[in-house]
Amino acid sequence: MEDKPKSKINLNRVDMPRQDPLVRAHNYNEVALGYSDDMARQESTRCIQCPKRPCVAGCPVNVDIPEFIKAVRDNNMPEAVKILKSKNALPAICGRVCPQETQCEQVCSLGKKGAPIAIGRLERYVADWDLGHKESASPTQVPPPTGKKVAIIGSGPAGLTCAADLAKLGHKVTMFEALHTAGGVLMYGIPEFRLPKKVVQAEVDYVKSLGVDVQLDSVMGKLATVDELLTTGYDAVFLGTGAGLPMFMDIPGENLNGVYSANEYLTRVNLMKAYLFPEYDTPIKIGKRVAVIGGGNVAMDSARCALRLGADKVYIVYRRSRAEMPARHEEAENAEEEGIIFKLLTNPKQIIGDDKGWVKGMECYEMELGEPDSSGRRRPVTKQGSEFIMDVDVVVVALGTTPNPLIPATTKGLEITKRGTVVADEQSGKTVKDRVWAGGDVVTGAATVISAMGAGKRAAASIHAFLTGQ
Amino acid sequence: MFKIVAKEKLTPVIDCLKVEAPALSRKARAGQFVIIRVDEVGERIPLTLADWDAKEGTITLVAMQVGTSTKKLGALKAGDNLQNLVGPLGLPSDIEKFGTVICVGGGVGIAPIYPIARALREAGNKVISIIGARNKDLLFWEDRMKKVSDELIVTTDDGSYARKGLVTEPLKEKLDAGKIDRVIAIGPAVMMKFCSLTTKPYNVPTIVSLNSIMVDGTGMCGCCRISVGGVTKFACVDGPDFDGHQVDWNIAFDRQKVYLKEEKDSLDKWESCQCGKS
Repeated sequence: MEDKPKSKINLNRVDMPRQDPLVRAHNYNEVALGYSDDMARQESTRCIQCPKRPCVAGCPVNVDIPEFIKAVRDNNMPEAVKILKSKNALPAICGRVCPQETQCEQVCSLGKKGAPIAIGRLERYVADWDLGHKESASPTQVPPPTGKKVAIIGSGPAGLTCAADLAKLGHKVTMFEALHTAGGVLMYGIPEFRLPKKVVQAEVDYVKSLGVDVQLDSVMGKLATVDELLTTGYDAVFLGTGAGLPMFMDIPGENLNGVYSANEYLTRVNLMKAYLFPEYDTPIKIGKRVAVIGGGNVAMDSARCALRLGADKVYIVYRRSRAEMPARHEEAENAEEEGIIFKLLTNPKQIIGDDKGWVKGMECYEMELGEPDSSGRRRPVTKQGSEFIMDVDVVVVALGTTPNPLIPATTKGLEITKRGTVVADEQSGKTVKDRVWAGGDVVTGAATVISAMGAGKRAAASIHAFLTGQ
Repeated sequence: MFKIVAKEKLTPVIDCLKVEAPALSRKARAGQFVIIRVDEVGERIPLTLADWDAKEGTITLVAMQVGTSTKKLGALKAGDNLQNLVGPLGLPSDIEKFGTVICVGGGVGIAPIYPIARALREAGNKVISIIGARNKDLLFWEDRMKKVSDELIVTTDDGSYARKGLVTEPLKEKLDAGKIDRVIAIGPAVMMKFCSLTTKPYNVPTIVSLNSIMVDGTGMCGCCRISVGGVTKFACVDGPDFDGHQVDWNIAFDRQKVYLKEEKDSLDKWESCQCGKS
């Protein structure tokens, strides 16, 4: 019965305002502007509060979604914040970058008849309300210290979540970060216009407010090994080191000047603020015509950064078709609206350089789709004799990342896969090494922010059980 | 923040800074580097360790003022702080008993060759050191190098001090004079290339330390990639030491020039800002 929406329910979700594509293509301000109070209230009334709650199971950290939406509907914002934050330490981030369309929203009961409730937008609304009402918020109650110490390596989504949960249980947590700013991929990878850095830092500050000690500029494996941490007072270690090593294609010309890994390109722009050069000291080469190779979110982010840096033409070069593209539909659409040109079924053969060692073009093959491969997507096949040259002067390679080998190489007793990932139990995050847990991209390979957070959360529960002898 | 406990000008354009970094100083090994950021808007630049003192909890960095970051660094005084300092990064140099080794240090490369020469000597090698600079005003640490070498040869390009000529000339003489088991050369890329070319006919293993442009210094960005024996390597995690005979020097030279224009723009801006200050 609950599946049958009453006639007064609007089957369309409330749109979220966004910056005009032609304007936003030239600034770094956030693209999506968020709901107003009225919009949020209106959207929240669409939730039918169905007893099956499929959305909760669809969320990797099991946020009590119908409850927080009900609190929004009742205009009880402190309650909405409390419900949201009890399961999710980083809601302002998740509300922006989670792929809700393949998680909570995909299974929403409303989706059978119309548009699913805009859970991500409401989550962002509640989190942003919270960030704007800090002074009225009551400080999170932290229980008395347990006397146990945990080291978290990496301050990305997995580490932040694990740290927050353990601190809330009274454990003393130290989080080590290699870079000069905490946040991991949230800081160096995802651009300002999609995830403002002040939002990330506000969430990091929240985690610190729980008593977590953040040690920046600390490359673990070099400054101290995992074993040294375990013998110098830490009772447990969580590895949340992510997947930070860029993959290249191994084609001729890849070491030419003007060829970037997406990691380098995005790190220069986001972490080092090269878009503000020379106010900031870190430079970046602003191409006139930029080709970004790959079809994921990182490729979209790189392309949209290139456009904002001032490139005339920016291409996404992807070897399959639009249907197989791994990027979120919304991000590909945003990119296209802003003027990014999609060169689909196109695969680079080599990058061509001038006599000074600079990129001056890229030779590509046309591709066609064959039979499905092991990933279930139709395999791209090279059309022989189809080579053509793209006139580009900067190439960004966004073909994925693998885990950094620094910790595996310096830690005895971990089990490492051929792909370089650390083997850990899916439920608990426990590795085969005594007192060491792992979660996020270092275990799964490059995945999503929320799945890393889910892994950090499960590992925190398992570490807590271990520390308290349960 | 990392406190500068002492600062010395080794030459008018080369600065030596001793920085408080207890944990780092305990882990440092010859050949490794650190990444620093001078201030909140600074870039991340790699500097190879010139020395460290685990008891004192300090590390020593030497840098030549060539661009905005190194000029900013040169403007700091004892008591000031570095915004960020991270390390030790990269793989340590191979230190074992090879026999007779030649350590070549060119220009500011004299600083990082010093701890390597010292470690090689401590490992029981006969150490012949050759240090050179464009002129007398760019030369430093002759005394330090003398202490850790069995024999020290000093050159200046213009003959303003010691022997006139390039470091490759005494290097060749030593290779002709007797069995050399290993050469380590650190300095400008062009010097390292010509040292490698000099030793190649003698088939003496030759190690160079590449000072590529880097961002994170932990293998994340791939900015420092170079080609060694036809295979792409990251200087930050696979190096910075590499077989000089296998390095593709053309790619190494080109990649150092990526930001020449931007570096100049940045420096012009910084220098014009400084004028109004003093």
